[in-house]
Amino acid sequence: MSVLGIVARRLAQAVGLLAAVAVLNFSLIHLAPGDVVQTIVGEMGGASEETIAKLRQAYGLDRSFLEQLWIYVSRVVTGDLGLSTYYNRPVITLIADRIPATALLVLSALAIALVVGTMLGVLAARYPRGWLAAFVNLVSLLGFSAPVFWSGLMLLLLFASMIPILPTGGYYNVVHGAQGIALALDIAHHLVLPATTLALVFLALYSRIARASMLEVLGSDYVRTARAKGLPERTVVFKHALRNALLPVVTIAGLQFSAMLAGAVLVETVFSWPGLGQLAFESILRRDNQLMLGILLLSAVLVTFGNLLTDLLYRLVDPRIKTDA
Amino acid sequence: MRESVSSLGTRAHRSDPVALGRSPWREAWAVFRRNRAALVGIALLSLVAAMLLGGPWLYPVDPFEIVGAPMTPPGPDALLGTDYLGRDVLAGVVHGGRPTVLVGVSAAMITALIGVSIGAVSGYYGRVTDRALGRVVEFFQVLPTLLFAMVLITLFSPTLLTVIVAIGVVAWPQIARLTRAEFLRLRQLDFVRSARAAGASDARIILSTILPNALPPIIVAATLATGSAILFEAGLSFLGLTDPNVMSWGLMIGSSRNHLREAWWSVTFPGFCIFLTVLAISLVGDGLNDAFNPKLRQR
Repeated sequence: MSVLGIVARRLAQAVGLLAAVAVLNFSLIHLAPGDVVQTIVGEMGGASEETIAKLRQAYGLDRSFLEQLWIYVSRVVTGDLGLSTYYNRPVITLIADRIPATALLVLSALAIALVVGTMLGVLAARYPRGWLAAFVNLVSLLGFSAPVFWSGLMLLLLFASMIPILPTGGYYNVVHGAQGIALALDIAHHLVLPATTLALVFLALYSRIARASMLEVLGSDYVRTARAKGLPERTVVFKHALRNALLPVVTIAGLQFSAMLAGAVLVETVFSWPGLGQLAFESILRRDNQLMLGILLLSAVLVTFGNLLTDLLYRLVDPRIKTDA
Repeated sequence: MRESVSSLGTRAHRSDPVALGRSPWREAWAVFRRNRAALVGIALLSLVAAMLLGGPWLYPVDPFEIVGAPMTPPGPDALLGTDYLGRDVLAGVVHGGRPTVLVGVSAAMITALIGVSIGAVSGYYGRVTDRALGRVVEFFQVLPTLLFAMVLITLFSPTLLTVIVAIGVVAWPQIARLTRAEFLRLRQLDFVRSARAAGASDARIILSTILPNALPPIIVAATLATGSAILFEAGLSFLGLTDPNVMSWGLMIGSSRNHLREAWWSVTFPGFCIFLTVLAISLVGDGLNDAFNPKLRQR
C-alpha cells in the first residue's frame, strides 16, 4: 500500500477514535452529579424554580441524554466547541489564545530533551565504563524518580531565589511592556526554567534509550566493517551508528505526547505559564464543562496526530519497514 | 510510559558459572543479588517501608495540627520546621507517605489486573478478538491521562478510591500491550501446543500454562508502573485533586508551594520523600529487568 493509502486509512481510524473519545467525555460529564445550572444557581446564591427551569432550557438540559449527545456531536463536527460558561467566550478562541504558550514550552522541552538526551546516551554508549556513563545513569534515575513539579520548585528555589538570575514565573514581564526582539528575549528568559524542568523527565528517558540502542548498534557487523575499513571513529559513531540508533528514540519521543501534555499541566502550574494546561486545570476546577470537553478533545486530537506523525516519520527514517500496518 | 533499558550493575555477573543449571527464578535471583544498584534499591525501599509502617506509631503527631509558629525553620522546636500554618513538617512527612504509597500500589495493581487480562485474551485468541481489543487499547492510549484523571476526580468525589480508580483506568494500556506480545510469542511454542493437545481448556492454558512464563516482563512493568502511579498520585495531590482530609506528600507540596521562598523546608522534604520512594522502586525494577533478561546478561 502506498504511503498516501496508509495515511488515509489511519486518518479514518483516528476520526472514529476521536468520535468515541468525544462521546465518552460527554457521557462522563452527564453521569457525574451536578450540572452547569446548579453551579450557576449556586453562584447566584439560589434562584426560583422558574429561573432554574429557564436556565435548564437555555443550556438544553431539559432534553434527553441522547438528544443532548446528538446536539453536542453534530456541533463538534462543524468545529463549534460551544461557549465557556465562565469566560462567556467561544471555547475555540480561548483554546487558540493559549496554544502558542504551550506549544513553545512543549517544543522547547522536546528539543532540549532530544538533543541533550541523545548526546548523553551516545557518549555513555561510547565510553561505557567511564564516569560519564555513571553520570548519565544518575541523571536518568533522577529524571525518572523526581516528581516534575518538585524538580520545578527546586530549580525555582535555586535559580530564582538563592541565585536570582531567572524569573519566578509568568510568560513575559508585563510591566516592562517590551516589544519586538526585546519581548522575544524576555519570553526566552522566562522560558528557561519551565522548559528545562519539563525536559528533565524526557531527557532521562531518551538518554537511556539512546544508550541502549547505541550499544546494540555499535556491536553490529556493519559497524565492525566500517571500523575495519579504517574510517575515523567519529564518522563511525556519528554517521554510521547514530542514524540507526536514533530510531527507537524517535518512536518513543512521538509516543510521549500524552505524557508531555500531562507534564505541561504541572509545569505550567508551577511557573504560572499561561498555557493550555493552566486553562484545563481552571476549567476543571470551575466545572466549565464546554471548555473542559473542548480541551479534552483537543488533547486527544494532538495525541492521535502525534502517534500518526511518529509512524510516518519512522517509515521515513527507516525504509526497511514495510508499509502494511 | 517508561522503558527499562538500563543495565546498571550488569558488569558483575557477566560470566556467572554459579547461575547455571538452576530454575529460571533462582537464576534470576542469583543475578539480582549481585546487582549493587538493585540492592541499594531494596535497602532504600525497606527504609521507606519502615518509615511508613513504624513512623506514625513512633511519631504520633497529627499532621494537620498547628504545633508552633508558622514557618519555623528546621531546628530543635520542629525537626523539619513548620509550614505556613504552623503545622509540623516532620509529622506530614511521616504520615503523608501512607496514602501516597497506598494509592500508588493499589492503582498499579488495578493497572496490572486490567492490562494482563486484556493483553492475555487479546494475545491468546488473536484474530477478531485481538483486533477489537486493540481498538480499546488504542482508545485509552489516546486519552490524555492526567487531564482525564483530573476530570474523573473532580466530577466524582475526591476520595482516595476515586484517585486509585482514575489512575488505574488510564495507565493500563502499556501492560496490556506487553502481555499481548508475550502471549503472541508463547502461544505457538511446543509446550502450549502439547497442553492443548492434552485437552486443557482455554482458561487453563492462559492461566497456568502461558501466564507463568509471561510473568517476568510483566513483573518488571508492574514494578515500574508502581513508581509511575506514585508520581501520578503526587501530581494530582499537588494540584489539590485528592482527599483534602488525608495528608499526603503531594498535598503538602501543593499547599506550601506559594511559600517556597520563606519556607523551603515545607516543600523540599516531602518532595524528597517522593523522590526516594520512586527511586527505590525504579532501582528494584531495573534490577529485576536485568535479572530476568538473559539478553542483557550476556552483554
